[in-house]
Amino acid sequence: MTSTTSDPATVLPYPGAEHPPREYDLDANGVRIAVHEWGNEADPPLMLVHGGFDFARTFDRFAPLLADAGWRVVAWDHRGHGDSEHAHLYSWDADMRDALAVFDHVTPGAPAPVVGHSKGGALMTQLADAQPHRFTHLVNMDGIPFTRRVPDVAEHERTKMMAKDLAGWLDHRRRIVDAQRKPGTIDELAARRGRMNPRLDTEWLQRLVTVGAYESDDGWRWKIDPSMRFGGFGPWRPEWTLMRMPGLSMPFLGIMGAEMEEMGWGTPPHKVLPYMPAHGRTEVLDDVGHFVHIEQPEHVSGLVLDFLGNAS
Amino acid sequence: MTAALRTETLRHGKVELALHHLRAATDDTARPLLLLHGLGEQSPTEAPEWTRGWPGAIVALDFTGHGASTLPRGGGYTAELLLGDADIALAALTDGDPERSITVAGRGLGAYTALQLAGARASQVHGAILTDGPGLAGGPTGPTSTSYFSLATNGQTPDPYALVELSRDLRPPDYATSFVRLALAGSELDEPVAVASMFRPEWLNAVAGEHGVIDTTLGEALELFRTG
Repeated sequence: MTSTTSDPATVLPYPGAEHPPREYDLDANGVRIAVHEWGNEADPPLMLVHGGFDFARTFDRFAPLLADAGWRVVAWDHRGHGDSEHAHLYSWDADMRDALAVFDHVTPGAPAPVVGHSKGGALMTQLADAQPHRFTHLVNMDGIPFTRRVPDVAEHERTKMMAKDLAGWLDHRRRIVDAQRKPGTIDELAARRGRMNPRLDTEWLQRLVTVGAYESDDGWRWKIDPSMRFGGFGPWRPEWTLMRMPGLSMPFLGIMGAEMEEMGWGTPPHKVLPYMPAHGRTEVLDDVGHFVHIEQPEHVSGLVLDFLGNAS
Repeated sequence: MTAALRTETLRHGKVELALHHLRAATDDTARPLLLLHGLGEQSPTEAPEWTRGWPGAIVALDFTGHGASTLPRGGGYTAELLLGDADIALAALTDGDPERSITVAGRGLGAYTALQLAGARASQVHGAILTDGPGLAGGPTGPTSTSYFSLATNGQTPDPYALVELSRDLRPPDYATSFVRLALAGSELDEPVAVASMFRPEWLNAVAGEHGVIDTTLGEALELFRTG
């Protein structure tokens, strides 16, 4: 299958960020999924799962810190995101099945520690409930929905509907046949993303453009499938993720940013704490937003590594 | 069996949808009747006998992964995707004119889609008829530990992923009834939804109890929406 990964020569530098030394594609039931790995291939695997409207290379700063501690860090681009294929269809269940294709390739028949951010954390919390035998540990980084509408889940479902929301979503579906992402310069795309990620520095956002977008004749465009958009609706209730947490059997670490922001899930920490599983705890980081691992990579990786223990 | 008059290909994102024109209108001013099939089914090849008295065109849509529509790779079906399919058909049948309307009749899963379309495009759906058929029940009404597996596909419709994913889509009753309320708020009809099924799963039982829903037969519903 064809790889579409970014040319390292065009990627802007950022202190501590590292290009993944191994990148390859997997066939996930007919959909090409791009996998990115940091660390020694012979080290024990650690699965790292990105959020909605994000991509695996957003771990370029965080993943090397985990790899340096002796982990083979494996992240993949969800279908339609990053370097993975733009699929016919998108859904929560499809993301879950794609994830299992990666698990089966990387760590067949054996459990592994899993770290998920935002939607990736919610996906993995549900998978840990459905298939606990695949997990030794679960870390959920600011991916515990409560009652607020989920901002970064494009095709997942929502309950509270307004007629205009429904019509708006359907109007979008009518227009997506020839849709393209809006082109711009690196600075323009970085500024656009900065509106959703206001706490991340410009230098980081500019680097993200050079790994998460592609350059064409009229400028840079984000790689994410233009058929996807924020919003959506459906029967799913965000608090249902929370309901699964008390029953989790594996050690669990929640890491939440105390600062609420646009792409965050608006979950008040005091609402989460009563749902901790028997072997679980949650760390709340003051003056940190939704992207805990980008804002404080050393501190958050330290929490994760301390929680996981020795890689060997 | 008689073949459809013609089959129109519509685009919904990366999917091509087959819209079968089964019978021409006998009255050019009458609304089209859109038929939505059940889970694992496909459109009929000719207008069903029960549509005989309908003066508008009789048209039937193959949902994504069904009949002559695209077989996607890797699944990813939701009931809301099928609502998008049905809305693409609505746009085609009304030439994108928001002043024009259709009536929709759905079997099983198609009944659920018909209800959603009636809520989402309330001013353009002049009655939705919900009848028995495969996929009427849907899935659970709350969180479960339902698991995920790869399926063998053979390149033919119906897509096994559609059969699995759309047989277990979440259908909380209050979610279903929200579409009734949207339909009632935006429709010119006092009763824009007709429940004509014998089987009443939890969501449909709740729908049938809502203001704005008539509990009737298929024939009576057609007559009501034809003349109303």
